[in-house]
Amino acid sequence: MKFPYTEKVLEHFKNPRNVGKMENPDGKGLEGSPACGDMVAVYLQVNPDTQIIEDIKFESYGCASNIATASIITELAKGKTLEEAKKISWQEATEELGGLPPVKAHCSVLAVEGLRAAIRDYEEKHGLVSEQEPTTPDVLRSRLKHVMNPMAGLDIIRTELVTKMEINDGVVRILIDLPSNHQFAANIKEEVMEKIESLWDVKEVNVVFTE
Amino acid sequence: MFDKMIYLDNSASTRLDEKVMDAMKPYYFDTYAVATSEFGYSMGIDAKEGLEAARGIIATSLGASAEEIVFTSGETESSNMAIKGVVAALKKKKGEHIIVSKLEDFAVLNTAKNLEKQGYSVDYISVDAEGILDLEELKSKIRDDTALVSIQHANQEIGTLQDLDAIAKICKEKDVLFHTDATHSYTRVPIDVSTTPVDLISMSAHTIHGPRGVGALYIRKGTPINKWMDGGYQETDRRAGLENIPGAVGFAKAVELVTEKETEFLTSLRDYTIERVFEEIPHVTLNGSKTQRTPQNANITFHYVEGESMTLHLDMRGFAVSTGSACFSRSLEASHVILGIGGDHERAHGSIRFTFGRYNSKEDVDAVVDAIKEIVSQLRAISPLYNK
Repeated sequence: MKFPYTEKVLEHFKNPRNVGKMENPDGKGLEGSPACGDMVAVYLQVNPDTQIIEDIKFESYGCASNIATASIITELAKGKTLEEAKKISWQEATEELGGLPPVKAHCSVLAVEGLRAAIRDYEEKHGLVSEQEPTTPDVLRSRLKHVMNPMAGLDIIRTELVTKMEINDGVVRILIDLPSNHQFAANIKEEVMEKIESLWDVKEVNVVFTE
Repeated sequence: MFDKMIYLDNSASTRLDEKVMDAMKPYYFDTYAVATSEFGYSMGIDAKEGLEAARGIIATSLGASAEEIVFTSGETESSNMAIKGVVAALKKKKGEHIIVSKLEDFAVLNTAKNLEKQGYSVDYISVDAEGILDLEELKSKIRDDTALVSIQHANQEIGTLQDLDAIAKICKEKDVLFHTDATHSYTRVPIDVSTTPVDLISMSAHTIHGPRGVGALYIRKGTPINKWMDGGYQETDRRAGLENIPGAVGFAKAVELVTEKETEFLTSLRDYTIERVFEEIPHVTLNGSKTQRTPQNANITFHYVEGESMTLHLDMRGFAVSTGSACFSRSLEASHVILGIGGDHERAHGSIRFTFGRYNSKEDVDAVVDAIKEIVSQLRAISPLYNK
């Protein structure tokens, strides 16, 4: 039989590690993408003295890539400090899995974001977060690094799909170098909106396509 | 290698029937001349006879006459030809407005969108929660400058059947041409053009165990339609390009092989699937209509789980089905059909389409329901949305 995934992806998909709900977690992250529909929940148990992730669990309402990436990420994060775990990237997870089809990259990003959200939740609950910073083009850029270009399996910043980013009085304008009727235009727009809208000082987001 | 594969994706395409292959073979190896060579040599006459006999069979199946059938390369070409051909012919006479439904397959939907970009105005008629067209909205949207109404007979994903008679009569009363894409109903649900005033019908061979790359368009006599693809004068100068005679012969054979008894059998597989799933698996929703439904289609949402995960698990156990989940689609968009019937992303996310064909059995249904029962409970156990 032939499958569109590596054996390692299939293995983690069939037998996901660290799966399930955690009662009274120290940190919890829930990430979901309305464009794709996938959701992932990550639960952490953290040693308050060492900041080491002693236990981690996940739940997924997602596709094979989502489940497999969440599974591998829990393996990568377990035993690491929060600072170390923050640095786990989806590239690292994808490499660990032996690669994913480019079109599936956004599903795996979601799993990484779940872990980061759980860490952020822990930091907020334990007074480890500094003051809210105003949104700058740099902030926009770092957010948009989590929106995938499904043609390349890399983010839309790195693949230079974003040609312009502006922020004026809380109104954000993002210019995407694709025609509005492109196969992935609707999907990219939804994901961009989702990543930017949630910023505390953003009132409006306009995604503009070329043509 | 796929000996044990249980194929339940017969609306995507079907396995060819050997009898169809047997009917086609002579037109590849013995009578391989082109039909337009009839004045040159006798093999051309034999080829043309084969083509015309096939045309007669397709015509008879619709209560049409042979000259009203044009062979094409399939659904996509038929629908492009019908819509683009009619709007070009009526541009000056009628105007630049067309009407389609929100649930059309891409051949019609993207043709309409393309015309919209060229300056045509298009209305997309809504459907109810079962996918049935809002006839009042249709009536209200027909204008003096409406060139064509194109509404599918049966839906490709949820199997909803439209009331073709009622739609055709509305169009007739308002003096507007009516095209229907009947790819997913043709031969399974009868259409009689002598009583239903439909003007154009798209059909395809590959959904009824016929060959791929061949279909037909029924064009009612007198329908204004321009040739949209330039080339030779084949098909009485309506469709340019070498005739696919083996394909046409195979298509006709496939039509002949469909029986009422078989259609009843597919209906029983459909009903048995729905019945078992609803009895044995909690939190499920039927997508489409209980009664106005094609015989071969069961489409069910399994809540709290994702479709691609289900199809992959099923694949690993040897079953082929499809899903309306965004994760499954090449555009990463959830099924426009499920969203069109008022479903949300979640409804599309966990939808599975089972479509049955000639080579399926009741045992296949039992096996797939047994498998999906286990898979759904396994995936629900790891879903953050499911209350365990």
